[in-house]
Amino acid sequence: MLFRKLMAALASIVAIVLLILVGFLAIYAWPAIRFNGLHFLVKNNWSLGFLYSDPILRHGQQVMPGAHYGILFLIAGTLLSTAIAVLLAVPIGVGAALFLAEGVPALLRPWLSFFIELLAAIPSVVYGLWGLVVVIPFLGHHVFPAMQKWLGFIPFFRGPAGSGYGLLTSGLVLTLMIVPLITATLRDALVSQQSHLRDAALALGASRYEALWTVQLPGVRRVLIGSSILATGRALGETMAVLMVSGNALNVMPNNIYTTISTMASFIVSQLDSALTDPTGMAVKSLAEVALVLCLISIVVNSLARVLLLYQDRMTFGVI
Amino acid sequence: MAAALAPISFPHPGRRALRRRLADFLGWGLCGLAFLLLGSATVWILVVIFLRGMSALHLNLLTQVTQGTAGGLLNAIEGTLVLALGGILLALPPGLATGIYLAEYDRGRLASIIRFLADVLVGVPSIVVGYFVYVAMVIAFGWGFSMAAGSVALAIIGLPYICRTSEMAIRQVPRSLRDAAFALGASDARVTFTISLPIALPGITTGILLALAIGVGETAPLIYTADWSNYLWTGHLTKEPIGYLTYVIYAFITQPFESAHALAYAAALLVTLFVLIIGVISRMLLVRSSRAL
Repeated sequence: MLFRKLMAALASIVAIVLLILVGFLAIYAWPAIRFNGLHFLVKNNWSLGFLYSDPILRHGQQVMPGAHYGILFLIAGTLLSTAIAVLLAVPIGVGAALFLAEGVPALLRPWLSFFIELLAAIPSVVYGLWGLVVVIPFLGHHVFPAMQKWLGFIPFFRGPAGSGYGLLTSGLVLTLMIVPLITATLRDALVSQQSHLRDAALALGASRYEALWTVQLPGVRRVLIGSSILATGRALGETMAVLMVSGNALNVMPNNIYTTISTMASFIVSQLDSALTDPTGMAVKSLAEVALVLCLISIVVNSLARVLLLYQDRMTFGVI
Repeated sequence: MAAALAPISFPHPGRRALRRRLADFLGWGLCGLAFLLLGSATVWILVVIFLRGMSALHLNLLTQVTQGTAGGLLNAIEGTLVLALGGILLALPPGLATGIYLAEYDRGRLASIIRFLADVLVGVPSIVVGYFVYVAMVIAFGWGFSMAAGSVALAIIGLPYICRTSEMAIRQVPRSLRDAAFALGASDARVTFTISLPIALPGITTGILLALAIGVGETAPLIYTADWSNYLWTGHLTKEPIGYLTYVIYAFITQPFESAHALAYAAALLVTLFVLIIGVISRMLLVRSSRAL
């Protein structure tokens, strides 16, 4: 019994780590939460204030005069880039999963699947490098001007087309990063699905594709929703690639699909150095509040996905 | 009865069949297109990384340390390995114990809570983990930018992966083997160490490799925990920044020097190669372990 108790104690470390992580961030960010109030979530004015004057007392906190911390533009950038990524990744991911599950010989399937799953293994910063040196010049010089010309009648696609850095580029890179999550999970679910429903559909005269689309895919609906939510969580928290291709806008709301943006995750990296110059420490604490908000959002999103996936095969976890 | 025997009428059989075939063709076409799109993106990324990386590769990279934005990558390669292995070392004992607990003694509420929280921990963005380690270890504990802080960040990120892969691996050990050992009077610990773990070893190794690959590829949680250093690691756990490859990719590509770009491409190639090789090895291990059982 001693061994079991020891294992249980060690196993609790996982739970304790998560609790400490959230608790510590919350305690550290508490002065910022008190100071910023609701302002934090609804205003666009992240500013450290006048760093060369003396700190003043506002809302019971020592801050620099003129300091404001409003991150609405970060929330908008995060949600919009994630929305683009998920809107593109779900249909592409489903298509690729259907193709891999039923469209290729079983002998080839592991190799072709591995090829797609490589996308999940490539580190975020390598995506950023690729995006920066290859994708941005390509999109900025050729694709975006053409889109502005031909799709300009759609409100959000109207110019100026910008330089290639921005919302759509971030969304496209994020799409590639999250799509293998959907494809791999859905393909596993389709392959391990019991075949009698499909056989019944085929016996009734359905074609292979009709059986796949009308019988097999609805059967894994829960896996599709779960893995899409999981992918959403991944996109929300993605840092390095977005940092390198988003243009790191400050205090601006995106007004078209080409505008430069910042996301909560990338903002933490890009702003910590300047936040450290605030002698009152309120800027660093406000960044901790950003991290806390991001953490809570991802916990909610992931809990939702896990509850949905819980009823399904637990072994679908094995995706990076 | 007569009604049931009435002949079934097909309105415009030819047109309907044509429409179904067209829908089939379109459906398969779109699915294939989606696959092709992803496949070509994979090829595009890999070709860019390999071509630019190969032309930047140089023997000096492995023998020299970084000088400003030139020189070699020896310090970064060493730092990446030190940080990633340190992370594994920290994550392995609790991760493996969690796997054993969840797989072998999965009864009470505690197991399902831990499993759920491990899954949630996977989804916590790595930058949040990094910022937590920054405010907790780097600032509050006074560790400074250091190998220890970086490794703790990587350990927190790798922990849930090790938990879940070892749980799955141990779960696949045949129940009969363990029951036989128990019947012979073996204790819990003895059954775990002499029956379950040896059989589950390939699966557990897969999880460790996965965590290693993630550690090598991470950037965001290291920027404000490990920072960066031009020098080789001197063995200090705290108060001394340490370099790593992914930093070179992120920071040097935006520098206006040819030498800095070359280092970034070379680092990207090394990281990508490392991750791919680990991926292939773990896939082979997975195939072999599923064949063995």
